[in-house]
Amino acid sequence: MDISTKTTASPPTPEPPTTEQKRAARGATRPGDRIFLALSRGSGIFLLVVMAAIAVFLSLRASHAISKDEANFFTTFEWNPTGEPPVFGIAVLAFGTVVSSVIALAIAVPVSIGIALFITHYAPRKLGGPIAYVIDLLAAVPSIVYGLWGALVLVPNLDGLYGWLDEYLGWTGIFEWSGGAPRALLTVGILLAIMILPIITNVSREVFRQVPQMHEEAALALGATRWEVIRMSVLPYGRSGVISASMLGLGRALGETMAVAMVLSPTFDINASLLDPGGGTFAQNIASKFNEATENGRDALIASGLVLFVITLLVNGTARIIIERRKEFSGANA
Amino acid sequence: MKLQRKNRRALALGALAVSGALALTACGSDDTGNTGGDSTSTAKAGNIDCGDASGQLQASGSSAQKNAIDAWVKQYTAACKSVQLNYNPTGSGAGVTAFLQGQTAFAGSDSALEAEEITESKKTACTGGGQAIDLPMVVGPIGVGYNVPGVDSLVLDAPTLAKIFDSKITNWNDAAIKKLNPDAKLPDLKIQAFHRSDESGTTDNFTKYLGAAAPSDWKYEHSKSWEAKGGQSASGSSGVAQQVTQTAGAISYMELSYVKDGMKAVKIKTGAAEPVEATTDNATKSISEAKVVGTGKDLALELNYTPKAEGAYPITLVTYEIVCDKGNKAETLPAVKSFLSYISSEDGQGVLTEAGYAPVPDELITKVRSTVSGLS
Repeated sequence: MDISTKTTASPPTPEPPTTEQKRAARGATRPGDRIFLALSRGSGIFLLVVMAAIAVFLSLRASHAISKDEANFFTTFEWNPTGEPPVFGIAVLAFGTVVSSVIALAIAVPVSIGIALFITHYAPRKLGGPIAYVIDLLAAVPSIVYGLWGALVLVPNLDGLYGWLDEYLGWTGIFEWSGGAPRALLTVGILLAIMILPIITNVSREVFRQVPQMHEEAALALGATRWEVIRMSVLPYGRSGVISASMLGLGRALGETMAVAMVLSPTFDINASLLDPGGGTFAQNIASKFNEATENGRDALIASGLVLFVITLLVNGTARIIIERRKEFSGANA
Repeated sequence: MKLQRKNRRALALGALAVSGALALTACGSDDTGNTGGDSTSTAKAGNIDCGDASGQLQASGSSAQKNAIDAWVKQYTAACKSVQLNYNPTGSGAGVTAFLQGQTAFAGSDSALEAEEITESKKTACTGGGQAIDLPMVVGPIGVGYNVPGVDSLVLDAPTLAKIFDSKITNWNDAAIKKLNPDAKLPDLKIQAFHRSDESGTTDNFTKYLGAAAPSDWKYEHSKSWEAKGGQSASGSSGVAQQVTQTAGAISYMELSYVKDGMKAVKIKTGAAEPVEATTDNATKSISEAKVVGTGKDLALELNYTPKAEGAYPITLVTYEIVCDKGNKAETLPAVKSFLSYISSEDGQGVLTEAGYAPVPDELITKVRSTVSGLS
């Protein structure tokens, strides 16, 4: 039984449109249409200009700094743009940014899908509404508040979890803990997971809600249990939506600044263990170094910002490609 | 139905916000209407000489002296109502840059100007052959705070500190620490050395001290960013202070005023017979051994990090106010002169101890006063 196959026949080949039809299609006939067309076209162009301006600004300032950098910008484990000679590289920052964001996604996506399914398919209506509302509220909490909560509540209470991970999973090397304050990438990952939960949950919820009633009813009619309905019709239908929701969440996690700066103990070192200090993130590094930085230091930070910009573009591009491939399921991303 | 209810609620909230904002701005404009007009520009209140100072004074720089400036501005603007002084604690680097670009009347900085910056100032900020000069105004002791259960008093010397912060000594019951503290009950506990994750004048001065007082154990150049590997970090003095309070076995350096809440300050074993406690008085004592290395009117200091005098606390930070010796902007000069003469006066320096800083020693502050009175 394959519910997800397309049922609609392909449309008949259209006749070539007449000039009038063309003009109507362009919509530029009445003043209202023309104004709206100009407005929306203007907005589209404006967006492109803004993006291009950001890219140009970042590249210009970055090239200043990189031309002075005496070390390899991509592989150096040091950040000293004011030194003699200036030496700085983004290896550690790229590592920390990617690892903490991936941890955040790994935690947040399953939980988000669970919450979204619960709200749309399991919860009684009286409970689903309030839960959805509370999740919305989570998105409205400023990141500095998450940072405060992380530093004052989360960090002092993670000793138990870290000790447990070290005891049972320490042999992997990834979960080794040398007993320092738990201000490592895993802590950041946990905090970021909570921060990106609302956005992933909300989008997933909308997608799951749009699953055609017919699909579910058909599955039910064939004797599927509720879980089987979800597995066979809801999840495949919502997959591309969930992926793009995750990418939105990943985008937020990559760029998160203040909360990370408050809970992470950044060091310019790469550490295989996620529980010991090692690595920082781009945004956190910029936030903490910008104030005292000299001109050259700022340019170096901007260069690191450029790398973050490129990483974000790559992530979004990848998401687009994944969604394109699975277009047949697309409900929310048409 | 549901949607409509939501909309209505949103509307109500919006209306509330708008009316609230209106009420607030109304209050604001009332306030500004009352102040300003009634003060005479030549008023003299207490020992603050306002001269013919008036107008807006923009300044920015070191965040390490922010609390001192706040205390001074409060006193000063109470006396000289026609002057409005905004000090923006953007950090020393940004402060000096803004001053050199002529955006501010003076800058605060944790470190003295570089030779290049002085050369640049002749072309940009200061006109008529003037140059930028450093005026030491605030002395800040850097306390080494620790949190070790059961240890109420701890003595360390520079080599031991260097080894601790370089992750060479990793346990509190290490022989080197025991030797300095024969009577203390040192636990078998991992040392968690915290440093600043942001760039900071405090880090710069602390690493200068380690480099000068323990050259064989501290191989790193002094720098605003932490160069040594290992250890943990947190952002800002408040950040490291909070971590030390939270974490058993932690130690970190910070401005002395942050050493509180269950933290104790390390006593430093110097060349003197007795270990020196971190206090504002003891910081002033060590600054009196500093040498003036600036040329002309520039009072840049070279600190002595290995004082032999009894009770001289060696880990200190001096923050400067940076102005032009000649060629300050005509419209801000009276206000700058009057403010700087207030903060270098006995009253001004007296305010410092309450704010957690130390006053500049007598001999030096006399030089500062005469330099300030000669500003043009």
